[in-house]
Amino acid sequence: MTNDNLAISVRDLTKKFGSFTAVDHISFDVRKGEIYGFLGANGAGKTTAMRMLCGLSYPTSGTGSVAGFDITSEGETIKRHIGYMSQKFSLYGTLTVAQNLRLFATIYGMDNVAVKASMARAMHRFDMDGMADKPVNDIPVGWRQKLAFAAATIHNPEIVFLDEPTGGVDPVTRRKFWEFIYEASSEGMTVFVTTHYLDEAEYCNRVSIMVDGHIAALDTPDALKKKYHVPTMDEVFRIVAKDAKRAE
Amino acid sequence: MNLRVLGALLRKEVNMMKRNPLIPRIILGLPFVVLLVIPLVASFDVKDVGVTVVDNDRSQLSRRIIADMDATAELHVASVSSSFAESMEMIEEGEADVVLSIPPHFSRDLSELDVEANGVNAIKGTLGMQYVVASISNTLTRWRVENGLMIPDNVTSVVDRYNPTLSYRNYMIPALMVFLIIMICGFLPALNLVSEKESGTIEAMNVTPVSRITFVLSKLIPFWIVGLVVVTIGILVGRVVYGLVPLGSPGAIYLAAVLLSLVMSGLGVAIANKSATMLQSIFVLFAVIMIFQLMGGLFTPVGSMPQWAQYVTYAIPPRYFNEIMRAVYLKGATISELRMQYLCLTFFAFVALATAALTYRKRA
Amino acid sequence: MGILISLVKKEAIHIVRDRRTMMITLIMPLVLLLLFGFAISTEVNNIRVVAVVERHNDATRDIIQRLTVNEYFSFRGLADAQDVESLLRCGEIEAALLLRCDGGDLASQIIVDASNPTVGQSAAAYIRSVLAETGNGNEPVVTRTLYNPRMKSSYNFVPGIMGMIFILICAIMTSVSIVREKETGTMDLLLVSPVRPVYIIFGKLIPYFVLSCIILVIILIMTYTVLELPLSVTVVSVVAVSLLYIVLSLSIGLLVSSVVDTQISALIVSAVLFMTPVIMLSGMIFPIENMPEILQGISCVIPARWYISAMRTLMIQQLDFIYVVKEVAILSAMTLVLFAVQLKGFNSKK
Repeated sequence: MTNDNLAISVRDLTKKFGSFTAVDHISFDVRKGEIYGFLGANGAGKTTAMRMLCGLSYPTSGTGSVAGFDITSEGETIKRHIGYMSQKFSLYGTLTVAQNLRLFATIYGMDNVAVKASMARAMHRFDMDGMADKPVNDIPVGWRQKLAFAAATIHNPEIVFLDEPTGGVDPVTRRKFWEFIYEASSEGMTVFVTTHYLDEAEYCNRVSIMVDGHIAALDTPDALKKKYHVPTMDEVFRIVAKDAKRAE
Repeated sequence: MNLRVLGALLRKEVNMMKRNPLIPRIILGLPFVVLLVIPLVASFDVKDVGVTVVDNDRSQLSRRIIADMDATAELHVASVSSSFAESMEMIEEGEADVVLSIPPHFSRDLSELDVEANGVNAIKGTLGMQYVVASISNTLTRWRVENGLMIPDNVTSVVDRYNPTLSYRNYMIPALMVFLIIMICGFLPALNLVSEKESGTIEAMNVTPVSRITFVLSKLIPFWIVGLVVVTIGILVGRVVYGLVPLGSPGAIYLAAVLLSLVMSGLGVAIANKSATMLQSIFVLFAVIMIFQLMGGLFTPVGSMPQWAQYVTYAIPPRYFNEIMRAVYLKGATISELRMQYLCLTFFAFVALATAALTYRKRA
Repeated sequence: MGILISLVKKEAIHIVRDRRTMMITLIMPLVLLLLFGFAISTEVNNIRVVAVVERHNDATRDIIQRLTVNEYFSFRGLADAQDVESLLRCGEIEAALLLRCDGGDLASQIIVDASNPTVGQSAAAYIRSVLAETGNGNEPVVTRTLYNPRMKSSYNFVPGIMGMIFILICAIMTSVSIVREKETGTMDLLLVSPVRPVYIIFGKLIPYFVLSCIILVIILIMTYTVLELPLSVTVVSVVAVSLLYIVLSLSIGLLVSSVVDTQISALIVSAVLFMTPVIMLSGMIFPIENMPEILQGISCVIPARWYISAMRTLMIQQLDFIYVVKEVAILSAMTLVLFAVQLKGFNSKK
């Protein structure tokens, strides 16, 4: 089931930890250039599924491909084509903004010229000129969020995975962050984003809602609202997730 | 393995070390403190052994034995009593370490003398007893010769090689560098890796195409340099403060230091890879480091261990480094003379590197 | 009381869950005791020696015969004079005995590797006594050791190991566990609850106290069985003084946890400020009387010094409790001061 128009394609993906099935036979496709929202309550299995896609964790069963590569056997190749931003905005806190960006740019195999160019572009795009020499620990969390996104996209990956990218920041900053996401998407980058802010789901091209390890609903936000006859994604989510058994 | 990537990761490690308030202080400060304080502390030199004498003879000879003993550098006569109970009291109160009992009519019969040492401190007891026996036998020999009971014997000469002043410090200083490399190059990489785990930055690395071996090398290489810094400080302090200059070539010392720091940092990284929490990694490392220090012959000689324990020490990497350090430092041995030790250390370095790389999992 | 029990339960579950740390805290004392008991020794024996003989005669053959059978030596055969240097340098041998006959007289020279002065001096002394057996100078001296008849240096180390292990478990484990709660914020959760601070402290301390008692029992059983230290009534005093020391170590752990904020700092502070002095300055390995005055002074504030000294008196010399009154008084005073400071500090924080 490989298709040139698909960035991610997953069939019956399953992950078990002992007797606990965190992700239970999920299947979905993400088209190239799409902003795909991956919703679900805490503990629904979002992060586990995403870790399998990024090559951080082996699937127990099922198949999938990311950027055209098999997630089980070609995990290391996939890593060259994706970017990943964790919910903790994990950056080296004692290093400066510029040192962090340079590190990630070099890791993705850029030469000096390309490193310089991409750093300049990122600093400009994210409005971080003047912050270059500040240690990451000393900058406010909103800036850290931007920097984490800049680091995850510095090498212009085909797909960027964002794990709860807007956790812990204020609504204004969240809005602005989505503008960055749109900008990246308009340049052709596929965006795979997990979130539990339901208003953010409206910004996505398509969303899936995970409940207890399954995908309970998958469509465009408008189609989902129509299907459940409610005006907001928030209410869609409440209807879909009402039978959830896993507590927060 | 990509050298540019390795370079970038190394730069990151160095920048992080510089920013951390504790690490540079530990790397530079600890060697000074250890080398300045421990040689003063770590001494098995036995001096000032207190002797209590039960003199039941009260003859000229017995008084001479006592006087000679008091004149010996390592011994002092704490008391001369007439009852054993009185002398035992001295021992129990810690005023004396050895009891010498001279029986009645000793000067006439030359019967048996009793020497009893307090075994609570085994070293002091053994050596103290030896000093007392040596002192007595000197006195008796001279007394016999003077009284025509014996022909003077040829005196056996003793040559103390490599450490003619019999200074315990000269013996300890090379070992302290072993101690420092074990501690610093073992604990710091482990703490470093565990804190990357706890802050989540290791995840950010795992999701990039950085290869396992490159990442692990970026954790180990800085500690080669740390090992070299530690040994350099050690050599300088040894020279300036204690006047001890390595007889062998510094190159031989540096080569061994690099190998041992690789072994220790590889081990530290491997343990951190396998640990879930900081406490866990520290406890496992602490146990390993304790065993390395005790079995590596740093403080007590490997030769004094029973045979089975000596076999075990072949699996303790610091043993080889310790032998190299002492042989090069004090005896001027060369790399080719010590090739077995260097080979074993190299072998362990490769094992440690492989273990560190293999236990590091980018995927669960 | 119910609150206290549930706090203790919580902490106990936490300790038992971390299997690996548990195993290490229980096994490490055993391994250390066995190592010190059977492997590590400061006694000098197995001295590797070669003989260099210019021309054999009855006297030289006699000496070599005695070297071979002497239990202190491991005789490595005859060697050429020019090889002695390299054998010594590579650490193949510790000593060489050179024998030469001048007419009828036997001249001898002992060359020892004195890089370790203790080994060097003992080797020379043992070889001398082997040589002396031939002459007419056999001394009528009988030697014997009090308290520790087999001169086992392991006996010496047992109190030291106990002193170290309790600091390790009580001070490091408690401080790290409290600081971890500070880091994750659960400590604030407890502090804003109506639970009295004293309960929080005791909820932390009791499980580690119990763990330490288990280790104490293990160590004592090992010491009196495997290490064959003679058992006597003093064991009651041993237990009493050890319990006091455990409580003291716990209060050190509390002290550390109140001054640091991260697990790493707690580990480094405990390791640098408490572990190292215990190993180096407490008299565990190196005799205190050999230290310079200043360091002897510093060693007085190290609790382990007094504990180890008391343990030696009680366990090895088997003397009565009255001989350790001074040590016990000092340890008690230290404990009271530390606890008073802690409780006051903790209450005011609330």
